[in-house]
Amino acid sequence: MKFTKRRSALVAAGLSGALLLSACGGSDDSGSGGGSRGGGEGGGSYSFYIGEPENPLVPGNTNETEGGQVIDSLWTGLVEYDPETSEAVYTGVAESIESDDQTTWTVRLKDGWTFHDGSPVNAQSFVDAWNYTANSANAQGNSYFFANMAGYDDLQATETGGQPAATEMSGLRVVDDLTFEVQLSAPYAQWPTTTGYTAFYPLPASFYEDPEGFGEQPVGNGPFQAQEPFQPGVGITLTRYDEYGGEQPANAESIEYRIYTEINTAYTDLQGGSLDVLNELPPDAIAGAEEQFGDRFIETSFGDITSLGFPTYDERFADPNVRKAFSMAIDRGAITEAIFQGTRTPAASFISPVVDGYRADACDVCELNVEEANRLLDEAGFDRSQPVDLWFNAGAGHEEWMQAVGNQIRENLDVEYQLRGDLQFAEYLPLQDAQGMTGPFRSAWLMDYPVAENFLGPLYSTAALPPAGSNATFYSNPAFDQALAEANAADTNEAAIEGYQAAEDILIADLPAAPLFYRVNQAAHSERVDNVIVDPFGRVDTAAIQVVE
Amino acid sequence: MGRYIARRLLLTIPVLIGASFLIFAMVYALPGDPIRALAGDRPLSAAVQAQLRADYNLDDPLWLQYLKYAGGLLQGDFGTDFSGRAVLDTIEQRLPVTAKLALAAVVFEALFGLTAGILAGIRRGSFFDNLVLVSTTLIVSIPVFVLGFVAQFVFGLRLELFPTSGIGAGWYSYVLPGLVLASLSLAYVARLTRTSLAENLRQDYVRTARAKGLKPSVVIGKHTLRNSLIPVVTFIGADIGALMGGAIVTESIFNIPGLGRAVYDAVLRQEGAVVVGIVTLFVFFYIFFNLVVDILYALLDPRIRYD
Repeated sequence: MKFTKRRSALVAAGLSGALLLSACGGSDDSGSGGGSRGGGEGGGSYSFYIGEPENPLVPGNTNETEGGQVIDSLWTGLVEYDPETSEAVYTGVAESIESDDQTTWTVRLKDGWTFHDGSPVNAQSFVDAWNYTANSANAQGNSYFFANMAGYDDLQATETGGQPAATEMSGLRVVDDLTFEVQLSAPYAQWPTTTGYTAFYPLPASFYEDPEGFGEQPVGNGPFQAQEPFQPGVGITLTRYDEYGGEQPANAESIEYRIYTEINTAYTDLQGGSLDVLNELPPDAIAGAEEQFGDRFIETSFGDITSLGFPTYDERFADPNVRKAFSMAIDRGAITEAIFQGTRTPAASFISPVVDGYRADACDVCELNVEEANRLLDEAGFDRSQPVDLWFNAGAGHEEWMQAVGNQIRENLDVEYQLRGDLQFAEYLPLQDAQGMTGPFRSAWLMDYPVAENFLGPLYSTAALPPAGSNATFYSNPAFDQALAEANAADTNEAAIEGYQAAEDILIADLPAAPLFYRVNQAAHSERVDNVIVDPFGRVDTAAIQVVE
Repeated sequence: MGRYIARRLLLTIPVLIGASFLIFAMVYALPGDPIRALAGDRPLSAAVQAQLRADYNLDDPLWLQYLKYAGGLLQGDFGTDFSGRAVLDTIEQRLPVTAKLALAAVVFEALFGLTAGILAGIRRGSFFDNLVLVSTTLIVSIPVFVLGFVAQFVFGLRLELFPTSGIGAGWYSYVLPGLVLASLSLAYVARLTRTSLAENLRQDYVRTARAKGLKPSVVIGKHTLRNSLIPVVTFIGADIGALMGGAIVTESIFNIPGLGRAVYDAVLRQEGAVVVGIVTLFVFFYIFFNLVVDILYALLDPRIRYD
């Protein structure tokens, strides 16, 4: 919305007291608050909603969606993901990523890619960045993404505040300007697909001189560049990078990332036309949004899963049959319809539908089956007179659906429940790590990269037991670990997928958690823009967006 | 007068030290592990967590943490938040925004509140007086977030008179949020002025002034209003402090990047340095404006002297 002098004069007349202030405002209509500056030549510009990023804009330290969206506009990784199939496509910096033994990978880069400061993107740009991120002394949030590389442990300080034994991983070796070699500590067939993630983006030499300044005004190799520093609480405006090395340069001239603390305000702005892209909608708005926005309302699957985790360390839930009984007592469809109004879909697999290897009916005990559930519970000798605790973290809107789960357990199994949702993350997570869950708990996972392994290993393998990993159920089964390792070492992708499915079958037989549902992402955009594509991470391909006005 | 002000300013030093320590202790006492919460469902690697704890002195006992913080403060170092951003930068960037919003609110509060209060006080029992009474009761009873969303929807989205959010339109963007933020205090100011004025108008000295044949404008403006303003000025002065720190709701609705929201987020993330830095600043402003109010007393009422 743009304010003409005439309009503010009218307002001033109406509100005589506001005369002084509005006169000031009338002379200043050049600001970005309106958002609808004229298109101009070169494809125009548009505004984009984000929440406040939690970290500086450095790829190695950004693992949340807000900063991740901006980083994605500023960088292009080794591979990119097809927004439809989630498969890795070689439209990024990598020419090829190949291996004979799934352990030693040779990465060949395309020539001609440059950073926004003009320096070339070469093998060193990746190797140095990865070593920096992995090094615990640099306290980068994404350090653990390199944990499967040879020599990672040498970069982890053993005592608090101490220096690690080395600053370079032995598994990384620069072969020539455009080639480097990565040696993993164990075979991992899907490794090339993981390299499209934020943590693996390259860094220019200028980063190491001033990491703090870099975080405010990052220099990447992506379709957009930052020509001004990021302003906390306000946002950042990025402009098209004309020397972009990729096949598809940005369509728009510039993009204004605008920070909102309240998503409802962003939605109001979208309705008023002063915001162009909103990649998630406030829960209250979803019901009416489809009607209001028509084909400018976009629904996509999200690469996540929400499960009901079981404390396998608690003797009440040590028996897989008890866990299966609880799983079969939950009518997932009823909850997704009644509570989530279709913004979730029921899950019958540990793996998300957005990745290769998903089987819609993998989990036979994820369907409502009250009779069988009660039979199993009787067989296991479960004490129904004691209520079960249902755990979730406070203040994040989980109470409603957890209560629905509890009601179904009460109704179908005749077991009373007690909601334990008073703890914020800062208390909840340490309790979870310390085996403090006294009953089933909310377990949620957003994939790091679109591979089946990412839904299995990080959540249920022995290696991922807390505090190192996210295996909060404390499930540990050598057969599952073995199946996972075999799948990781498979020669072909098909064989790997089969292996992961075999591992998932073991998981279903033991059921350390009951898969509940997957998220559906809702986005909407203004009439000014077109070609808004949302990927399974909930991120938008900002280069593809066209300004049509 | 000068000595009085100097003494008052000197007194702020122990207050600020005490306040900052108390706030620091309160953040310290919050349950849970802020570093573990940083990464959410996927924990940071153990070595990275240890490094972060060392960076932010989180393994030290409370008194040592505070001493390290205070030591940095003496050298002008306000510390950093968990993303490594200097707290001073956050304050520098957000303080002007908060100050503008508070200023807009105070201007509306004084302008509309005083005008309505004076007119109602002079013509007690009139239609206007009743209108002020009813409308202020209404405003006081509506929660500020309802008022905010309604104002944003009606004046921003439907009538398009004001920007719906942000601060991109300069001072003009502060008008609507300023009005919303001021609404509650505005109602109080109007009522306070009305009561105070009405009471003083019945005093003997006012009758004397009238009997002397002074013009009504002099009687009210010079003899009555000045000392009727003492409770009002006290209220407004104390309110400035509240407006600066308590604008979280308004800031959120209108997406204004001010200090209130920053402090709210920092409390949730248990970022001690940010909370202490900003809240101590609020304490300072509160003390400062109270001092201004005390000085204004002397100007308003000749009987009050500070020597």
